[in-house]
Amino acid sequence: MELSDKELKVAALENGTVIDRIPSDQLFKVVSLLHLDTMDKSITIGNNLYSHKIGKKGIIKIADTFFKEEDIDKIAILAPKAKINIIKDYQVVHKQEVSLPDQLHDIIRCANPKCITNNEPMATKFDVIDKENVTVKCCYCEQAISKEQIKIK
Amino acid sequence: MRKESLVSITDYSKDEILEVLETAKLFEANPNRRVLEGKVIATLFFEPSTRTRLSFETAVNRLGGRIIGFSDASTTSSTKGETLKDTIIMVSNYVDLIIMRHYLDGAARYASEVSPKPIINAGDGSNQHPSQTLLDLYSIYKTQGTLENLNITMVGDLKYGRTVHSLLMAMSHFHPTFHFVAPEELKMPDEYKVYCDKLGIPYEEHRDFTEDIIDRADILYMTRVQRERFTDLMEYEKVKNVYTLRNAMLAGSKPNLRILHPLPRVNEIAYDVDDNPKAYYFEQAKNGLYTRQAIICKVLGIKITD
Repeated sequence: MELSDKELKVAALENGTVIDRIPSDQLFKVVSLLHLDTMDKSITIGNNLYSHKIGKKGIIKIADTFFKEEDIDKIAILAPKAKINIIKDYQVVHKQEVSLPDQLHDIIRCANPKCITNNEPMATKFDVIDKENVTVKCCYCEQAISKEQIKIK
Repeated sequence: MRKESLVSITDYSKDEILEVLETAKLFEANPNRRVLEGKVIATLFFEPSTRTRLSFETAVNRLGGRIIGFSDASTTSSTKGETLKDTIIMVSNYVDLIIMRHYLDGAARYASEVSPKPIINAGDGSNQHPSQTLLDLYSIYKTQGTLENLNITMVGDLKYGRTVHSLLMAMSHFHPTFHFVAPEELKMPDEYKVYCDKLGIPYEEHRDFTEDIIDRADILYMTRVQRERFTDLMEYEKVKNVYTLRNAMLAGSKPNLRILHPLPRVNEIAYDVDDNPKAYYFEQAKNGLYTRQAIICKVLGIKITD
């Protein structure tokens, strides 16, 4: 497989996952979404790097960790253009873009203060009604929430 | 969630809606049928609503069931901090069905997920109130003889009025034409217009409440324009009397026109309309009893055939 200089730097990881093209202002939210702050593997985080696709970007490399598809897809809420590279033996063995799942389980908070989910100790549940623009609908109060209103739990 | 529960009007298909209306018709012919003999039903009203509670409790009583419950959450453990989940699970140990009203949006959906017994939503915050929608549909069905191809004109607060939103969703099965008459601040939200567009349902929006619009309507669905909904009170003062229906405005209306209102009304329908045979809002409330009897039977899987 032919790799560009940029991707070779990424491939300096022996085994693990690289999450690329995260908007800089979302980088640390992605960190907490994936609970990287409590992980004991070696993690490299770069931020405010130049990207001709999205302007300033962040990148995260996590050694010896491979996420489940559903966990990776959660990233799409914060970074819909993020790219995932799976590295094995210094080689990119798999590349994928993230895509929003049809339902979000207990990942985000409802924006409606009068929603039962904000008043009971319970899990939230949202149907994704517009993947392109990231619009979700609470399965309890039935209110639609736009991308700007989304808060990670 | 248990599939028998009724939380939102969208839980019912077109056929299920029609099934409830047909059963309601049977209850109107004979409201006293002791099909709930030996059953206990809970009415849990975390928020007071005398009208809805009395209607449901009358329905249960006329079906021969017994009732436990409360009409005000201030007398319950929820004031001690008990979760809704715990209250629902505890009550479901005692009863066959829970009818609940709650001040929080989505409370009934959550209850239906945690309860081993079916739930009927009697209103959850500003979200859903499906028994109101079904009684509105029954009133339309009864007065027009059909639900198909009707001109439904909705007037007043179309932004916050949950009854008009649910009615719009439910009527969408039956090829309606909608007219939305509301002030700018209270106009029909875009999501419902998009919903109509998607289904190819024609609608027109109007700022002025004119006789020309009334004359074309089969159903005039009036709602209350509430002062507290306005950010600009000057605006409220300007529109508060614009959306009032007076008897004189009905002179050229269709013979089959009926005027509906979820009640309580304040000044959006003048008292001189009450004596017009086209005024239907009090009978509409009475239809609530038969409709709720039909809903209770459907949720409990009790078939009424004659």
